[in-house]
Amino acid sequence: MMDDLRELYQEVILDHGKHPRNFRHPDDANREAKGENPMCGDRFMVYLTLKDGVVDDVAFQGRGCAISTASASMMTELVHGKTAAEAEKLFHAFHELCTQDEPDIPEGVDDETMEKLMVMSGVRQFPVRVKCATLAWHAMNAALHGEAAASSDQY
Amino acid sequence: MSDAILNQAYDVQRVREDFPILARSVHARKGKPGKPLVYLDSGASAQKPRQVIQAMTRFLEEDYSNIHRGVHFLSQTATDQFEAVRSKVARFLNAPNDRCIVFTRSSTEAINLVASSYGRTFLTEGDEVILSIMEHHANIVPWQLLQAEKKIVIKVVPCDEDGVLDMDAYKNLLSDRTKLVAITHCSNVLGTVTPAKTIAKLAHERGVPVLFDGSQAVVHGTVDVQDIDADFYVFTAHKLYGPTGLGVLYGKYDLLKKMPPYQGGGDMIESVTFEGTTFKAPPSRFEAGTPPITEVIGLGAAIDYVEALGRDAIAAHEHDLLQYATQQLSQVEGLRIVGTAPGKGPIVSFALEGVHPHDVGTIVDQYGVAVRVGRHCAEPLAERFGVGPTVRASFGLYNTREEADALVQSLQAVKEFFGA
Repeated sequence: MMDDLRELYQEVILDHGKHPRNFRHPDDANREAKGENPMCGDRFMVYLTLKDGVVDDVAFQGRGCAISTASASMMTELVHGKTAAEAEKLFHAFHELCTQDEPDIPEGVDDETMEKLMVMSGVRQFPVRVKCATLAWHAMNAALHGEAAASSDQY
Repeated sequence: MSDAILNQAYDVQRVREDFPILARSVHARKGKPGKPLVYLDSGASAQKPRQVIQAMTRFLEEDYSNIHRGVHFLSQTATDQFEAVRSKVARFLNAPNDRCIVFTRSSTEAINLVASSYGRTFLTEGDEVILSIMEHHANIVPWQLLQAEKKIVIKVVPCDEDGVLDMDAYKNLLSDRTKLVAITHCSNVLGTVTPAKTIAKLAHERGVPVLFDGSQAVVHGTVDVQDIDADFYVFTAHKLYGPTGLGVLYGKYDLLKKMPPYQGGGDMIESVTFEGTTFKAPPSRFEAGTPPITEVIGLGAAIDYVEALGRDAIAAHEHDLLQYATQQLSQVEGLRIVGTAPGKGPIVSFALEGVHPHDVGTIVDQYGVAVRVGRHCAEPLAERFGVGPTVRASFGLYNTREEADALVQSLQAVKEFFGA
């Protein structure tokens, strides 16, 4: 039982939750989208600076639980420097990992990235917390597509 | 202590035996036993005693039929039992008579009924409805819908740092434009019990009717709608140890009589032709369609149950739990209780420094402790106290001091986990 908790709240997650990376609003961001979970009040803005189809900068602001904050923070590190297409692929991979027992991972995600994405996969054991983990990722994906907000009922 | 006094004392262990679900454990895994359930979420919905479950089962097995429309034996039997609960609810609230009791699907629907029927008929542009900052969304959104349609104005009574309703502000908000006051009788977040009698008296001095949301209040104390002089009073069965899908609207008959139907359908009409339809008198006028018959029987059993235990005895037990839990929680470093009004109900909302309530909820759940986390359907209040979401422990007639201890212990585990 407590193993599940340790799996969910790994050291790296606790660290990102307490000291989120890229927690700022870049001046030159040209895309932004809101992610909101009305149930708990968690709310994030995700900012992207897309240059020539590449995520030149990515950051976020807002407030949320340890899981949603850590996931947002780790997302910024993973997506930085990727092309828009690669970033979207990562979104789908992450979504699969958090929601499926047998995730269908898109091709072309390297092992190192997969390992980092896997850190959050303990959330599968806590269905009500999946939304926390995917919140900022949904917002990032919405921003990639030029949408202002991720739909609140997305998982 | 003598045996005589012991016998009079509230025997919570015996009470717990009436609630089958309290014996279960949670999070059992292959070969590993689970944790005993510590249910501290009765404010969201209370567990059901065997007496309620059995009354509903017995009714379904022996007496079930539709009501108010059959000439056959079972229909009459079911109707009699259904209407007997209406009388019971009237007595429970000390309503002057049965005709003042309308069955709805929920407190929410009861408030929507008043907003739609009374509100649409008697409120016009510029009229004001006074709410309080500590309302549940169920007593905010129906008035906002009316606002959008009728261009009424919503005024909000604030509260102080303890969560006490600001009665001076309330007096100042009452004006010639006020047409209705709708305020909770007990906050589902802060536990604050509002001075209903004074609220009604001040409104009545201006001829303004008052609705009270009693969803929490009826559970934790005796409510006398005539003493309060409430014009409307709503509550829900499932928080009172009864079934879901059933609410109650009490209304003064003179008001109900003036109100048009809320929904149309069977059981609420006198005659129907395509040229025009005439409606029954209240309460039937407001009970279109087949009601939740079995649930009404369940509510009757729930009322019998709490009355047999004694509403004063329950209130005393819950007060003891509240004091004990407050004392123990106050010793947790970094814990801030939101809502410290004197005489509050057994609800403790709190924030734990450095840990988000959602994380608190997930971790204490692994220790078997069920609490509510979030904004508790009262977003404006969460903003007022600047804490955002909180953790809420709400106590019921079956909870124990040991369960309060279990909560505190699990919170210590949360703190260790997060190094908070």
